[in-house]
Amino acid sequence: MADSTSLSLPATQAIPARRSGGGLKGVLRRRAIVGALMTAPLIALLGGLVAYPAVYAIYLSLLSRNMTHFVGFHNFILLLRRDTFHMVVFQSALFAVTAVIFKAVIGFTLAHLMHNVPSRRQRVFRGLLLLPWVIPLALSTLGWWWLFEPTSSALNWLLVRIGLPPQDWLGDPWTARFCMILVNTWWGEPFFMIMYLAALKSVPEQLFEAAAIDGASAWQKLRYVTLPMMRNIISLTMLFSLIVTFANFDIVRILTNGGPVNTTHIFATYAFQVGIQSGDIPLGAAVSLFMLPVLAISSFFVLRGISRRSQEAM
Amino acid sequence: MAQVSLRNIVKAFDGGEPVVKGINLEISDEEFVVLVGPSGCGKTTTLRMVAGLEELTSGEIWIGGDLVNDVPPRDRDIAMVFQNYALYPHMTVFENMAFGLKLRRFPREEIKRRVTEAARILDLGGLLDRKPRALSGGQRQRVAMGRAIVRNPKVFLFDEPLSNLDAKLRVQMRTEIKRVHQTVRTTTIYVTHDQVEAMTLADRVVVMNRGKIEQVGTPHELYHHPRTRFVAEFIGSPAMNFIPCRVIKEAESWALRLSDGVTLPIPRERVERYATFKERNVLLGIRPEHVSNHKPDGRTGIAQLNVKLEVTEPLGMETLVYFQLGGVEVCGRVEPHAAASAGQVMPIAIDLNHMHLIDPETELVM
Amino acid sequence: MQKVLAAAEAIEAKPRRRYRSLSRQRRWALYGSYAALAVFVVMFLVPPFYMLITSLKSSAEISGQVGNPWIVHHPTLENFVYLINYAPFRRYFLNTVWVTACVVVISMVISILAAFGLSRIRFWGSELLATGVFFTYLVPESLLFIPLFQILSKLGLINNTWALVLVFPTLAVPFCTWIMIGYFSSIPKELDEAALIDGAGWFQILLRIFIPVAMPGIIAATIFAFTISWGDFLYPLAYLYTSDQMVLNVGIIGDLVRGDVYMWGKIMAAALMAAAPPVIVYVFLMDYYVAGLTAGATKG
Repeated sequence: MADSTSLSLPATQAIPARRSGGGLKGVLRRRAIVGALMTAPLIALLGGLVAYPAVYAIYLSLLSRNMTHFVGFHNFILLLRRDTFHMVVFQSALFAVTAVIFKAVIGFTLAHLMHNVPSRRQRVFRGLLLLPWVIPLALSTLGWWWLFEPTSSALNWLLVRIGLPPQDWLGDPWTARFCMILVNTWWGEPFFMIMYLAALKSVPEQLFEAAAIDGASAWQKLRYVTLPMMRNIISLTMLFSLIVTFANFDIVRILTNGGPVNTTHIFATYAFQVGIQSGDIPLGAAVSLFMLPVLAISSFFVLRGISRRSQEAM
Repeated sequence: MAQVSLRNIVKAFDGGEPVVKGINLEISDEEFVVLVGPSGCGKTTTLRMVAGLEELTSGEIWIGGDLVNDVPPRDRDIAMVFQNYALYPHMTVFENMAFGLKLRRFPREEIKRRVTEAARILDLGGLLDRKPRALSGGQRQRVAMGRAIVRNPKVFLFDEPLSNLDAKLRVQMRTEIKRVHQTVRTTTIYVTHDQVEAMTLADRVVVMNRGKIEQVGTPHELYHHPRTRFVAEFIGSPAMNFIPCRVIKEAESWALRLSDGVTLPIPRERVERYATFKERNVLLGIRPEHVSNHKPDGRTGIAQLNVKLEVTEPLGMETLVYFQLGGVEVCGRVEPHAAASAGQVMPIAIDLNHMHLIDPETELVM
Repeated sequence: MQKVLAAAEAIEAKPRRRYRSLSRQRRWALYGSYAALAVFVVMFLVPPFYMLITSLKSSAEISGQVGNPWIVHHPTLENFVYLINYAPFRRYFLNTVWVTACVVVISMVISILAAFGLSRIRFWGSELLATGVFFTYLVPESLLFIPLFQILSKLGLINNTWALVLVFPTLAVPFCTWIMIGYFSSIPKELDEAALIDGAGWFQILLRIFIPVAMPGIIAATIFAFTISWGDFLYPLAYLYTSDQMVLNVGIIGDLVRGDVYMWGKIMAAALMAAAPPVIVYVFLMDYYVAGLTAGATKG
């Protein structure tokens, strides 16, 4: 439609912009729409497959075994009365806490050792030491399982050669626990090492020099300079790892599947056994939900730690 | 006693070219020595070797009568103020200053006494409970100095401490440092690239260039009797003028002929000194303050000529003028009322009593 | 000041000590570090090494248990050959490849779009959403797998690889989004403004500016998504039952353990072949890998 009037407009008059949405309000509205569109898939995915199931789990745990009627906290009370479940709680706590501490100590030591070595060689060592993390956990656990296999364990072969008695690695509850912690430490240590090495590198070298001149020995440097400067990262990684280790499934499932006699179950594997294998979905959901308090508290501290780091302008 | 002795210090990194090529220096107790030179001349490396933060490739370092080559920094009884202050971010000002003493198991009252005393000297009284990130640049600087003072070491080492401060603060802190040195008379080795800092702070200045010492002397000596062209050019601002010329015979005496034909007579007292350079091409070195407007005071040895000014820079108390002479740009300092404008001709008096002649090959001042 | 300091000097008097050469001390520290690191490397590489050894042994040698199990007496490739010719194994491999490819594409698209929206287009609630995204990263799969089982049943996706394609992105997207937000935030605002003036729309800015500039972050995030979906175990174990639908991790355990007989040689060979792709990616792109690891908890 020919707008004949526009042709006769004086040249000084502004030609209306091609894009509509004049004024500030329009721009803001467009932004909001575009922003919403871009994040919509994310919200849909996480809302539908993470948030909703989490809430749904709570609902499920309150149902009866055949999911026909509401039974309130019956499932939870049932679990709290079971001896097996007591083992599960104990086991999960022991597993998570011990493994995280081991990982932190070893990761810290390795970070220091790596830091001492010139950077060209560092790459080589870093490449090799990161391998446990790279191999899918389920598969490397298979390898460990094979190492622990009672009838033909290569580890037992070594022990015998040194003169120590062969161990029933996965048959005895305590050695089985040790094995689980060992595998988890082996798998998770690279993460700690990398994080701590990065943090160590970010401490300015001059601080160490100043400390040296002030009279600090190596141990004193560690205590007064390294640890305080790294305190944030140390606690953050440990909390983070606590969450991940606490909820671990692969290792226990493959090594012992809870055996011998349900003494090594942790929350995830027990929930699997009860919920999927035995078919009692509500009970399984209840088991999983017992993890919630620990996860929630740790998550809170992790989030707080991270926001604090972004504020701290050091 | 806290003399410092550097004997034939050489430092080469990873088997490459030596960065420090044989430094010999004797520093007396309570002396304030400044190592000055352009970046890369090896002054910071030398300082770090004294501190024990770098190993020597060869040579000996003696502190207070002890050979300290193999002694780790913590046992050398030194204190260092870093360019970036290197304050412990997680400790308060008090804790930062007390750290060295705490490590040496000093009793608590003693630590408190020393820290408060140092805080008083450096005017840090109200800041003792703050963390470094709540301090300004100048305050952090003073805390770094306080940390050094409380240790009462044999030697203070300063590594370009004022480089990170803005110009005004730098001048302020310079005076602070000098005042502190007068109070706490500790042997000090101070590294800087700024010759003004060197001149104002030092008892003796060590000018370094490319890993070697060019000259050691008091500020006065370096300014008025430089021994090499590098020192002559490095010290003093605006820098000394260098004009190529030739020593020729004129009348009964000797003179300098410049490339554009101008002839400057050599003052009678100096003729003897330059006897060996007759009929040779040399460099005339003359400081801008000796290239000025004519003042009728009847002195001899002044050469007068008319020059056409290219640029003038009025500074208030004097005006810097730039003109061509002998094929190079020369800078002079004239009284404001006598200065002509750019493009105009004005009479200039060169006070040749303060001239230096430099052998172009050896770069030494004669 | 002088008197105070002089009086206290008595406290400081130290006996003279002999010192070993500084350079020799530092060299010993270096050698010690190398030695310790070497010990750790050996200990850490023992399991994969043993897996490799076992995979090269024949079943006879494994069950025979003669001599040192740490070396291969009669190396053979029969395990690998068997697996390559074994149709179900090929099926597992293909399924895994297919699932992983889909999941990586889906996850990256969702993450990049969301990260762009959250880091650049500040709209109401974007801060909250960003925190929420990280929060979902902390929710573990062992909490979600049971309710998801119900949901997938209702959708009729049990025992179907499509279930994984639907569910795996929940593992990858939070972290990938987080990494991308970090990288996108570091791109100076002036770039978008220049592009806006040049006449580009939001989408073009994303495509032509952000993605190329943030490519290292994108590669790191892609590697992460790949590794996570290739290596997950819980979801496949819970949701897949028949051989034709299984992926590698579950397939190996389910299939190669026949009754009471564990075919260890083949299990190890299969495990190695299944672990190969992530390891190969790692070998070639190690720096991106590490960047991805550290980006998570250090970026604000």
